Amino acid sequence: MSSAESLNGKGLALIPRAEGAQTMKDFKSDQEVRWCPGCGDYAILAAVQSFLPELGLRRENIVFVSGIGCSSRFPYYLNTYGFHSIHGRAPAIATGLATSRPDLSVWVITGDGDGLSIGGNHLIHALRRNVNLNILLFNNRIYGLTKGQYSPTSEIGKITKSTPMGSLDKPFNPISLALGAEAGFVARTIDSDRKHLQGVLREAAAHRGTSLVEIYQNCNIFNDNAFEALKDPSTRDEITVKLEHGRPIVFGTGENEKAVRLSPYGGVEVVRRSEVADDEILVHDMHSPDPSLAFALSRLDDPSFEHVPIGIFRSVDRPAYDQLMAEQLAAATAEDGKGSLDALLHGGDTWRIG
Amino acid sequence: MTKQVQQLDRVIIRFAGDSGDGMQLTGDRFTAETAQFGNDLSTLPNFPAEIRAPAGTLPGVSSFQLHFADHDILTPGDAPNVLVAMNPAALKANLVDLPRGADIIANTDEFTKRNLQKVGYAASPLEDESLSEWRVHAVPLTSLTLKALEEFEISKKDAERAKNMFALGLLSWLYHRPTEATVKFLETKFAKKPDIAKANVAAFRAGWNYGETTESFSVSYEIRPAKLAEGVYRNISGNQALAYGLIAASVQSGLPLFLGSYPITPASDILHELSKHKRFGIRTFQAEDEIAGVGAALGAAFGGALGVTTTSGPGVTLKAETVGLAVTTELPLIVVDVQRAGPSTGMPTKTEQTDLLMALYGRNGESPVPVIAPSTPSDCFDAAIEAARIALRYRTPVILLSDGYLANGSEPWRVPETADLPDISVEFTTEPNAEDGSYLPFKRDTETLARPWAVPGTPGLEHRIGGIEKADGTGNISYDPDNHDKMVRLRQAKIDGIDVPDLTVDDPDGDARVLVLGWGSTFGPIAAAVRRVRKTGAKVAQAHLRHLNPLPANTGDVLRSYDKVLLPEINLGQLALLLRARFLIDVISYNRVRGLPFKAEELAAVIQDVIDSE
Repeated sequence: MSSAESLNGKGLALIPRAEGAQTMKDFKSDQEVRWCPGCGDYAILAAVQSFLPELGLRRENIVFVSGIGCSSRFPYYLNTYGFHSIHGRAPAIATGLATSRPDLSVWVITGDGDGLSIGGNHLIHALRRNVNLNILLFNNRIYGLTKGQYSPTSEIGKITKSTPMGSLDKPFNPISLALGAEAGFVARTIDSDRKHLQGVLREAAAHRGTSLVEIYQNCNIFNDNAFEALKDPSTRDEITVKLEHGRPIVFGTGENEKAVRLSPYGGVEVVRRSEVADDEILVHDMHSPDPSLAFALSRLDDPSFEHVPIGIFRSVDRPAYDQLMAEQLAAATAEDGKGSLDALLHGGDTWRIG
Repeated sequence: MTKQVQQLDRVIIRFAGDSGDGMQLTGDRFTAETAQFGNDLSTLPNFPAEIRAPAGTLPGVSSFQLHFADHDILTPGDAPNVLVAMNPAALKANLVDLPRGADIIANTDEFTKRNLQKVGYAASPLEDESLSEWRVHAVPLTSLTLKALEEFEISKKDAERAKNMFALGLLSWLYHRPTEATVKFLETKFAKKPDIAKANVAAFRAGWNYGETTESFSVSYEIRPAKLAEGVYRNISGNQALAYGLIAASVQSGLPLFLGSYPITPASDILHELSKHKRFGIRTFQAEDEIAGVGAALGAAFGGALGVTTTSGPGVTLKAETVGLAVTTELPLIVVDVQRAGPSTGMPTKTEQTDLLMALYGRNGESPVPVIAPSTPSDCFDAAIEAARIALRYRTPVILLSDGYLANGSEPWRVPETADLPDISVEFTTEPNAEDGSYLPFKRDTETLARPWAVPGTPGLEHRIGGIEKADGTGNISYDPDNHDKMVRLRQAKIDGIDVPDLTVDDPDGDARVLVLGWGSTFGPIAAAVRRVRKTGAKVAQAHLRHLNPLPANTGDVLRSYDKVLLPEINLGQLALLLRARFLIDVISYNRVRGLPFKAEELAAVIQDVIDSE
């Protein structure tokens, strides 16, 4: 079974299929891409453009909705339907679209400022409702478009134009936040690892309901090398904790190999691989109905960045918001028939004159 | 004992009590009985924002005024003929509005020392001479109710709560109202608590019988049905009419209705009403905030729905940025603002016309939006359809300015034939519109200047829209100075060119020199005042604006053809400011901002003053 077929059976079942084969070219718009040279957004755009054909969806049934920020220019560069909206509001706008149009594959493109600061409220409520959206949160830990102020994911003490003596506020961990809102699908990936990125996107698309994908994205102008430790071959493998469903959570190499096990204090902890028995090592279960363990995993990179989990933290099915709303409409109609305007207007206590 | 029956042509009753006394329900039921009897009527509920202010205090007083007549009437009336006062606070709060000689029906059981002290009465006004200029009917409503319900196995508290039905029964007897509908209503309302249902019906009947037997009421009154135009009628509030208008707009446009809304007084009832009608395919979305409400509505509109958001003034301020996005992406959207007293939280349950300038100008950039204001509760139905027509035809957000007075007030409504409703259907664009076979999302209709509307799912017309300035035609991002100037002017020209009907003038003799102009909910009080003035033989013309943007094309000509133009507004002169700027006419403003509608008597005096100063 090809991946497209397997997807078709799940989250994409209501979306019309394309008739012929598609290529990356089909998804490129005629607009000149205008990000700074070297921006991580280019890699994400290319990954998305080359991944969309494998979904096999009719292009006209795909919509990209964005807010404001560097990442939010994304829709202009894809030859699908697109809506570049206002700062922070993309999840709200996409909620109206996805709730009234179950036949669309709706993608929200947002950033750490757009999605977690000005639009934080919409984000958590979309997750809680389980609106049928794929939310890609480009996290570069900085405000790029407004030229370099600290963001809600910047580390404490960040020196920027607006914080010359260092930022004071503790950052959000987007994964913890999403899991706290009990999102059904929560994942993290990184701009530089196309294979991993596309693998996560594939699963996100297949999930019906809200999928939140945090993508570490490098801003080479205002916050260069923010994720360098995850990219540099000399450190990468020592700190990247790749979460794979059904597999024991181990990372690092050689003598530095480490494992994750339950801690006696209710969370999880990193220990030397050599110091734990095999059956003590935590096996990743992304389908666990209880989000507690996924939440505990999300805390591993906080605040140290010594080890950073990437992959799918949680993938749990529950009915999507549009489906529940459609069911109410259908139930009301099944009970009393389709609405009649004439009957409605003449309902209640009426009287006749003449 | 046969009692005397007296004929009246109209009556104004005010029910007043604690906010927990059920005065709104009592008023609603009396209204329903009166509507069914065939009188013309108009209502004014007036209640505090607090759900239960401390019992027995002045801030906790809730009232419901009903004006009904054997002829067509325009307002809920200036001053009550009858005040039903359920406690000393209700008496004290409302006595100021009560003309000498009016009837007061007071619940003596609540005139206790403690309750009197709460509102600063040293002694009971029912027992000293202070009410000698009114006709006081002292009725122990609570104890009579308790006595009538002795047989029922319900708590004393439940029995006491039925005292409003006793009062309703008494008033129903006093004015010969039909009672079957109220009995049926109570049985339905308390269907799950049959004991309570029976007790309330018993209290209602006991009130009626009390009227018939007591010597405290020697006369009852008849008000004949009004001779209104032929047709089927129902009583309707502004919010309900507005909700029905939106449903009708959905049916008449063939588009599914999507409401994104956040609860806010006094607009929430529209959300409640629309939430009941899922059989029409209506999706109601209670959003996390005002911004999400309008955002979701706009997103749904992008997908081809009739997108609507409902709110009041504070919500409109929050929605402003999204309305601007709708302006520049040129998508249809209906924004309902049920105005209330401001600024800020203001007085949530009180009415005002203070959002006009915000509706017109409360956004960044040149951001023109059509504005429509219904004039009566039932006009909210037609105004909603008109708002949808303009939004869909011109691909633009439209602001509908109702207010608290229209929202909660009610009147008989001649139910329209659905066949007579306008066809506002739209056709989505499905084919490329450029010579080279591409799709230009901002290529305009030459007549309306509206852009095409191609919804997601339409093959070959994939396109991107957004808040950044767009190149004319292609819609691609453009920072070109001349293009921006052109787009600003095109968006303005599109709104300026909307087809709105001419302003009509009511001037029976055609030679009045003074024109009274109004907009929105002041229609009733102005029209009633104009009638009064004309009865004295004076001449005055009346015109009422429903479209505030664009204004009817003949507005300037109409205004200039009178020596004086008087403009009463429940604000500090917002429309007056616009008319002066636009037409250089020295409009005479009359402004009161008390959270209440104008009174006809008050406006009649103002009109007379203007005429006399000619």
